[in-house]
Order: sequence, then structure tokens, then C-alpha cells
Amino acid sequence: MKTINVNIVTPDGPVYESDVEMVSTKAASGELGILPGHIPMVAPLQIGAVRLKNGGKTDLVAVSGGFIEVKPEKVTILAQSAEQSEEIDVERAKSAKLRAEERLHQQKRENIDFRRAELALQRAMNRINVSERHF
Amino acid sequence: MASLRDIKSRITSTKKTSQITKAMQMVSAAKMNRAEMNAKSFVPYMEKIQEVTASIALGSQDANHPMLTSRPVKKTGYLVITSDRGLAGAYNSNIIRTVYQTIQKRHKSTDEYAIIAIGRTGRDFFKKRGMNVILDIVAVSDQPSFTEIKDIASKTVGMYLDETFDELNLYYSHYVSAIQQDVTERKLLPLTDISSTGTLTSYEFEPNAEEILEVLLPQYAESLIYGSLLDSKASEHAARMTAMKNATDNASDLISSLSLVYNRARQAAITQEITEIVGGAAALE
Repeated sequence: MKTINVNIVTPDGPVYESDVEMVSTKAASGELGILPGHIPMVAPLQIGAVRLKNGGKTDLVAVSGGFIEVKPEKVTILAQSAEQSEEIDVERAKSAKLRAEERLHQQKRENIDFRRAELALQRAMNRINVSERHF
Repeated sequence: MASLRDIKSRITSTKKTSQITKAMQMVSAAKMNRAEMNAKSFVPYMEKIQEVTASIALGSQDANHPMLTSRPVKKTGYLVITSDRGLAGAYNSNIIRTVYQTIQKRHKSTDEYAIIAIGRTGRDFFKKRGMNVILDIVAVSDQPSFTEIKDIASKTVGMYLDETFDELNLYYSHYVSAIQQDVTERKLLPLTDISSTGTLTSYEFEPNAEEILEVLLPQYAESLIYGSLLDSKASEHAARMTAMKNATDNASDLISSLSLVYNRARQAAITQEITEIVGGAAALE
């Protein structure tokens, strides 16, 4: 089967590089699946998982604050943070989740910190989900 | 002339100092290597984001974003990156001097500029002189991760967007090599000098170019700030390494000249003792 080269890079260095058959992820406007030969495209990503399918095996990478750049033979995902499922520190994500939930209970809705806590919660949940492979 | 014991104790204390500076030199050398590697691993991200930003910003005419267009400047922002600790030779003073002189030259009152300080030395200097420091962050680790700096970077970019200031200049020390670091001034915002080295690809935008720029440009500016921080961390350790190497060299010079003085004084004391004994013996005869 044809494959497409995928690169996931963060400011702290490259996280993932491999040739895969299909990339699927959640863009800001909805679910997105990319096969080799896709037209050039750029889209911002939601906090979520990137699924990389290759020969019956699926790799999961948790990304936040990123966008995807697609070229016919190459996909690049630029994210502010990204971790492969097996590299996620689950304990840390769980404590981050608790912290964020606590803060959400204290804050009023209009507060900027509320929005921040919400995002933190999303990131923590995403990490936990990816590490447990709930996708 | 100083007594033998005085000289001896000066030699010992200088030796101890040089042990410390020697250790600091080696620590800085190790940290410099790490910092250099960090700066290198950031390069692929920077290149990619630059390429994409350039192709979007230059590729589509309808792409209009406040971060791309210059507006009349009422207030200027200065982002200054210094270190937290001293003992790094002229590293901090070079940066601070450049910024201080530039501000003195360009602005008449504190309302015309705002300073964002990364690093304790810079923050303390400007605060002490009553200059307008609006944001600061200290105790950034030696191997900073992006999350450490993200908060201040996004606040800084946010301040440009809500028109707290109308342009943003970045001052940091650029790492050229282990023995050379240059103070660099860079205009960060508005992003007027986006250029691309590779060929421009024309992309489909999902949902559209403007919304992507909305996400992409702040990220681009933040990563520019992060990149400069990594660069200046490498310079800091290089500067500290050189400073500590000089200190160690000076200490060993001092030790050798003190040892000479010590040996001379010891010889003089021995000679004097012999003369006294001979004198005493002669008096008895």
C-alpha cells in the first residue's frame, strides 16, 4: 500500500517520524483523514489525538495547540506539545486534571482563568485518553 | 613586607577560589553543550513554521491580520532577555547597555515604551531606574522547555494585539561560537519581514486563510521568542565559561607570583637566621 511520510515536531524537538498509510485527526472544523496524495492543505488542530495507521498497527500521539500541513507526499504536524501514547506521564496528567477541575469549581464563568482551566482540563483528559488508547 | 604566614594564607585562599572557578567553568561548558543541542533541536520546528507562515502570509492576498500590518507607533515594547545570575563577564551588561542607550535616545518619557524582562538582572536594573517594566519572568531553568516560556510569550503577543504597544523589539545575545556572542536587536512585531527560502506552496485552507493566521501568527511569534531564549541561554553559558576560564587563569598567575614572593621571603628568613647564628658564635669566641 502507498504510504505518506509523517513528521510531528514541537519546539522541544521532533516527536514522531514515520511512513504511514493513513493519518486521521481532529481539525478545528471537524474530523480529518489524510491518505497519500492529498492536495496541499493547512488546518489548525483541536486538542486531541492523531492516529497514524500503518499495516494494522495504529500509533497514537496526543497533541495540543497545533496545526497540520499536508503535501501530497508529506504531512507535518506542528504542535506546542505532543507525546506518543507510551511516553505520556499518566500520573502527572491525572493530577493536572484534578487541579483543573478544582479551579473550574472555584472560578466564575467570565473569568479568563476559567477558560485557561478549561483548556488545561482538556489537555489533561486528552493525555489520559491517549495513554489508555480510548480512540 | 608581608609575613610568611600572610603570604601562605593568600596562596591557599587563591587556590580555593581557583578550584571553584575551575568547577564553574566545567559546569558551564557542559551546560553550554546542552543549550546548543536544545537550540539545534528547535531548528526543524522553526524552519517549518516559518515556511508555512510565509506561504500563507505571502501566498494569499486577502490574508490580513493585525500582526502583519504596521500601525502608527505610540508606544514601543522592548523584550529583553538577560540571565538570572551574574559571573558571566560582560554578558548582561552588554545587553542592558544597548537597551538602555536605545531607550534614552528614542524616548522622552516612560509612557512611550514598555519593558518586558526575561531574567533577574535585566528586571532589577530597569525597575531600579524606575523604567516601565510591565511583565517579567525570572528563574527560567537552564534548559527551558516551551511550557515555561509560553505564558509570558502569549501575554506579550496578546499585548501587541490589544494595542498596549504598537511594535515590539527583542534584545538578546546571539550565540555565534563559544568565544563570540553578539547583542542582537530584532523587530518581532509587526511581522513585516517574513521571507521564505523554499518554494511557496499554494495551500487549501481549512476553514480559511484568515482563521488559520489567527492561530498561526501568535504561535509563530511565540516560537520566535522561545528560539531567542534558547539562543541566549547558549550565549549565557558560553559567556560564563569564558569568564570563569579567565578567572582560573588569573588565579594561577597570581598563585605563581605569590609563590615566588613566598620562596624569596622564606630564603631571606633562612639567610637572616644563619647570619644571626654566625654572629652569635663569633661573639662568644
